[in-house]
Amino acid sequence: MSSAQITDPYDITASSNNLGRRRRIQKLVSFVAILSAALAVALLALVLGTVLFKGLSQIDTAFFTKPAALFGEKGGIADALIGSALIVGMAMIMAVPIAILVAIYIAEYAGPKAASFFRVMLDVLNGVPAIIVGIFIYGLLVVGKGQSAIYGAMALAILMIPMVARATQEILELVPRHLREASLALGVPRWRTVYSIVLPTAIGGILTGVVIAVARVAGETAPLLFTSSITQNQISFDIHNALPTLPVRIFTLSESPSPDDQAAAWAAALVLIAFVLVMNIVAKVIANRKRRSLEGG
Amino acid sequence: MSMTTPRIDSGKLGELAATPDGRGAETVFAVSDLTVSYSGNVALKGVDLAIQKNFVTAFIGPSGCGKSTFIRCFNRMNDLVPGARVDGEVLYHGRDLYGANVDPVEVRRRIGMVFQKPNPFPKSIYDNIAFGPRILGMKQDIDERVERTLKHAALWDEVKDRLKENALGLSGGQQQRLCIARALAVEPDVILMDEPASALDPISTSRIEDLIHELKNEYTIVIVTHNMQQAARVADKTAFFSVELREDGSGRHGILVEYDQTTKVFTNPTDKRTEDYVTGRFG
Repeated sequence: MSSAQITDPYDITASSNNLGRRRRIQKLVSFVAILSAALAVALLALVLGTVLFKGLSQIDTAFFTKPAALFGEKGGIADALIGSALIVGMAMIMAVPIAILVAIYIAEYAGPKAASFFRVMLDVLNGVPAIIVGIFIYGLLVVGKGQSAIYGAMALAILMIPMVARATQEILELVPRHLREASLALGVPRWRTVYSIVLPTAIGGILTGVVIAVARVAGETAPLLFTSSITQNQISFDIHNALPTLPVRIFTLSESPSPDDQAAAWAAALVLIAFVLVMNIVAKVIANRKRRSLEGG
Repeated sequence: MSMTTPRIDSGKLGELAATPDGRGAETVFAVSDLTVSYSGNVALKGVDLAIQKNFVTAFIGPSGCGKSTFIRCFNRMNDLVPGARVDGEVLYHGRDLYGANVDPVEVRRRIGMVFQKPNPFPKSIYDNIAFGPRILGMKQDIDERVERTLKHAALWDEVKDRLKENALGLSGGQQQRLCIARALAVEPDVILMDEPASALDPISTSRIEDLIHELKNEYTIVIVTHNMQQAARVADKTAFFSVELREDGSGRHGILVEYDQTTKVFTNPTDKRTEDYVTGRFG
């Protein structure tokens, strides 16, 4: 018995057939996938890092409390923050009720054909470039009447409606059917079932959708260039006139030849990006907390 | 059963004489030639049957025999399914349940339902019970009503100290009794139960069955069950449904095979198909 000749047919440490090749392909595929994932994160880190690096040194308390600079002095973004808050706030007030009602119609009342039609329409509206929405409001209202924060809010509301409506509709459809049946079986009318059972159950998801939409439109520049860009750069709460906003301010500052303005543009960009990040974190927290309460914690 | 007690109706709907304690003396539902279809596909065909007051009536049969479809005709839950169509007649105390001037919302208040999977609202135990009465305008003494219905559903002692806690924290069996209490809170006449214990453990199941025995003196109960022993334990009358293949080969639908006193259905069935099913040779 020469032991060297005897091969164990059940030796699972030996390689057979094309095991080596299979291993190499497996390694290659997972390497490329990991690399791509790392690249996506790296891009985000690069953008954040650049903005942080160029903007952070400019930020101090005065940056938040002073309006834009007039002649040469170091300015702030207080006026733009107020304008952005007013315009985004008005857009939210206009868009959210409509969007939620649209979502309720699609999820609770529409037949399958109508529901799919309205879903597609919302997706199309969601895909309309922001600049088109800006031109639409410009042609419809701004021409003849002049710019106003209200028109800016309208343009942003048009962008918000499909986002909030689709997010809400998807969440409403996740509310288990048995909860609706439980309510309807008690002799509770349909609208009351939606109001008292379906909406409270879905509220976390709806808020998440609203917060994400707010974060999105807060950074929209194109529609505001048409509707609320010719401004005094003073602190103002007059919504009937154009108000300065953060994204438009970033745009104008970055176009300026002055190095101070360009530095201020980076700082304003940092504020905007921080706001968007915080809003996204808030959305996550709301979603998680609500999920836990639904699971009976 | 005394033979001198008059039958309510000697017709084909299968009424039995009332029990000595007076249960079964009235007909709650009289169903004639009921056919249900979903988007043109017949699910249940040609059912004639009467549900008697204060009886527990069980529907048994193999999967796909239409027993759940049938029970959902009594509170018009099938109205909520797009494409569902109900033909034939369902009389509720002599009134057409599907009449043009009947609002299904009112039907469902009078004819409560308990579902297969316990489905409490993601609210407190108290709010689960108070929800229906509040919306239906029964606003006086909500506290007392909550206590009364929870006692009625044999749940009060287990939850009285935690009424404000989320109902989803209860065990499955407690959740199902909460759902029964929730149905009782709006003062229904009939309680429909669609496999109420199929998702529960044996101890919770037996508590639900005890509860059914308690409730039948005040309510008319219709229960769908896939568990034949359960039907034998709780029901006065049992209807056996089966699946029939259509002659033209276009599919299958449920039919009512036999409807009689529960003991008769289980010990001396008239129909060969019932016998095969209850003896375990089929299904």
